[in-house]
Amino acid sequence: MARAGVFICHCGSNIASVIDVEQVAKSAEQMTGVVYAATNKYACSISGQEMMKQAIIDHQLDRLVIASCTPRMHETTFRKMLGKTSVNPYMLEVANIREQCSWVHTDKEKATAKAIDLVRMSLAKVLKNQPLFTSSIPVCKKCLVIGGGIAGIQAALDIADGGYEVTLVEREPSLGGKMVMLDKTFPTLDCSACISTPKMAEVGAHPRIKLMSSCEVSAVSGYIGNFEVTIKQNPRYVDHDICTGCGLCEEKCPTKLKSSFDQGLGQRKAIYKLFPQAVPAKPVIDAQHCTKLTKDKCGVCAKVCPLGCINFADQESYTTDTFGAIILATGYQLIDWGSHYPEYGGGAYADVISGLQFERLVNASGPTEGKIKRPSDGAQPKSVAIIKCVGSRDVAKAHGYCSRACCMYAAKHAHQTIEKIAGAQVYIFYIDVRTPGKAYEEFYDRTREDGAVYIRGRVSKIYEENGKLICKGEDTLIGKQVTVEVDLVVLETAMEPAANSGQTAALAGVSADKDGWLTEAHPKLRPVETQSAGVFLCGTAQGPKDIPDTVAQASAAAAKVLGLLAKDELETSPMISAVDTSKCSGCRFCEQVCPVKAISMIDIPSIYNGQKVKRTVAQVNSGLCSGCGACSAACRTGCIDLLGFTNKQILEEVDALWQ
Amino acid sequence: MVGKNLSLLPDENKQKIESLVKKAGAKLSDCYQCGKCSAGCPMAESMDLMPRQVLRYLQLGLLQEALSSQAPWICATCQTCSARCPHDVPIAEIMEAIRRQADQMGIRPLRRTYLFSKYFLLPLKLFGRNHELTLTMFYNLTSGKLFQHFTYLPAMLKSRKLKIWPAKVKNRLAVRKIMENCEKEAQNI
Repeated sequence: MARAGVFICHCGSNIASVIDVEQVAKSAEQMTGVVYAATNKYACSISGQEMMKQAIIDHQLDRLVIASCTPRMHETTFRKMLGKTSVNPYMLEVANIREQCSWVHTDKEKATAKAIDLVRMSLAKVLKNQPLFTSSIPVCKKCLVIGGGIAGIQAALDIADGGYEVTLVEREPSLGGKMVMLDKTFPTLDCSACISTPKMAEVGAHPRIKLMSSCEVSAVSGYIGNFEVTIKQNPRYVDHDICTGCGLCEEKCPTKLKSSFDQGLGQRKAIYKLFPQAVPAKPVIDAQHCTKLTKDKCGVCAKVCPLGCINFADQESYTTDTFGAIILATGYQLIDWGSHYPEYGGGAYADVISGLQFERLVNASGPTEGKIKRPSDGAQPKSVAIIKCVGSRDVAKAHGYCSRACCMYAAKHAHQTIEKIAGAQVYIFYIDVRTPGKAYEEFYDRTREDGAVYIRGRVSKIYEENGKLICKGEDTLIGKQVTVEVDLVVLETAMEPAANSGQTAALAGVSADKDGWLTEAHPKLRPVETQSAGVFLCGTAQGPKDIPDTVAQASAAAAKVLGLLAKDELETSPMISAVDTSKCSGCRFCEQVCPVKAISMIDIPSIYNGQKVKRTVAQVNSGLCSGCGACSAACRTGCIDLLGFTNKQILEEVDALWQ
Repeated sequence: MVGKNLSLLPDENKQKIESLVKKAGAKLSDCYQCGKCSAGCPMAESMDLMPRQVLRYLQLGLLQEALSSQAPWICATCQTCSARCPHDVPIAEIMEAIRRQADQMGIRPLRRTYLFSKYFLLPLKLFGRNHELTLTMFYNLTSGKLFQHFTYLPAMLKSRKLKIWPAKVKNRLAVRKIMENCEKEAQNI
């Protein structure tokens, strides 16, 4: 026979001023299964907890209903209290009579009646509660960082400096991401490569960081503390263990291609380093364009290599490793604006370029050695139009969101143009100027002072006439159409999630929003965690942001990982799904709805018509299950129960409402 | 070609705007078009362009549009705009500079307002102190509205709001000298 205790909290006057708590206690005492009911001024206080502990001893209670604030507030407090008593911490129900009763009602009589109903419902549920026990899982003290841009670099360094092993996986042949392509960073105008390459070198030399370039994550299984990750090494055709990075092969290679690092404005060879300061500082072969690999001709690199590093038979290979935590830092790419904006020439005009192309033009180590030259004829542009929000804030053509960094780098591009080209005229077409950052507004002020003409309005069309690019817009501040004739147009194009970032995140059980940005667990209070425990995110993979925000978020993710790896064991919540295999039909519907991929199928021996057969049933991974209950709701045979919230418990609770 | 082609503006425009703005002690790039000047202007309702827009035309190099606006002539120089501007742009001074520039170039978007401002300080120069009747006489004669406000005259004379003879000032020539110096100074800026 159950021996339930009911405690009604006054919460000072928060509850007691509206609800007659004594009346609730009196009614509760009459309910079946209740052996003791009492009220307390503050149930959560030390004295309140002592009073309940004493009642448990005095009345040999085996379960509790506490009618107080929302369980989100103090359920954990009360569970901890029960941990020090003979009652199992999960033999507790919290009836919310504050947020959902006293705070929202004024009629005392009706509120009291409602509180009694809520207590009766919680009592009905607690009478069906079963003791639950937490278990613990060991933590593998290693972290996987996916993405070697500034976010991944920062996170990897912070974790490795904290004393833990890190594996950094980068798809490209070198670390660096987008930041290393940039010329200067706003608003301080310090050299981007100068501040990012030392960090890259630090990663390359760090004793606790294993750098895996030209690699991709191909499979993730397991759960927090114990992820099994398979990493694919794409063929490099160069043995990096022997190669010293002398560069002879690159010098002699006869195949010249457009450099992706220079955004198509410069050239590279078929065997190449991404850029001079690449980490690792060793070349790889572009298999698509190498004539030896495509047509079995040439092979010059192998002939000139003094160490015999070239291996044309290189194959992709796979390695599997265990990690305690994963950080997703997969970054962004720029929108392919040409396919979205035929009105801007759709890519037909060589002198209509993207902001990243401008970065390469103005960069001292870029294809023009820092001289701003028009791609079409190499002439120095005397007038430049900068157009913001190309692909951003454009629901019809591209993306509805603001890409956040463009206002500032547009100002930077204007400043750089005026600085490098004497007498240059710069027009910036904008919808709004957004400068929310330290010293950002001042930078915008300075750019206007430099002489950049800001024109409020989106450009409607760009066309060529007499060797000039004509931009047609409106100055909405005067309400008149305006036209400018310029030599170069720079489009500040939208950021979008890096190709395949969604697929990589999905491997780790992390979802993406409608635009493809990875979803954090809570937009404000859990910004670097995900719904998948043990998987964190940072940088532009989560949403458009600038370098300072990216680095801050990367360090935040690293701090979370350090907190996790510092533990030897993790306690898991016992409130997870359980399958009654005798009823499971193996329909796999639960497997599809599970957001954290905790459900898999197994074959179990069974007897059918007197014969031994195998039957497929669902199985829950206790490390992965987050206790969301989606499977339980979806299960057609009702064989999945969420422990602590079983179907039986919930139905009893509902039934109690009508008693 | 539709609209204003900002790339085809004469260089002369730019120089004129620069000197005009310099006279007002302003920096055009300081204005970020927030509109607070126009929001607080007591005369804005009567203006063809908001004070903010006048500045905007100057920023774009569209001098002619700014000079032919009525707004600078309607401006009462109350200084509310300058006092409230978040970027310390002396808007009222820019309006004054525009009036001077327009005057020099013979641009008179509001003829009578121009005449009023032209004769406003004349009595001061003549008599050393303002004399409303003289001002009214000059204005009414030149504007062609000879008998404008004539019916107010008896009541205003009776209540001594208007005086028939100008006040006697001890050293009216000194005042004239001060005014002439001021005018010379203004020419030199």
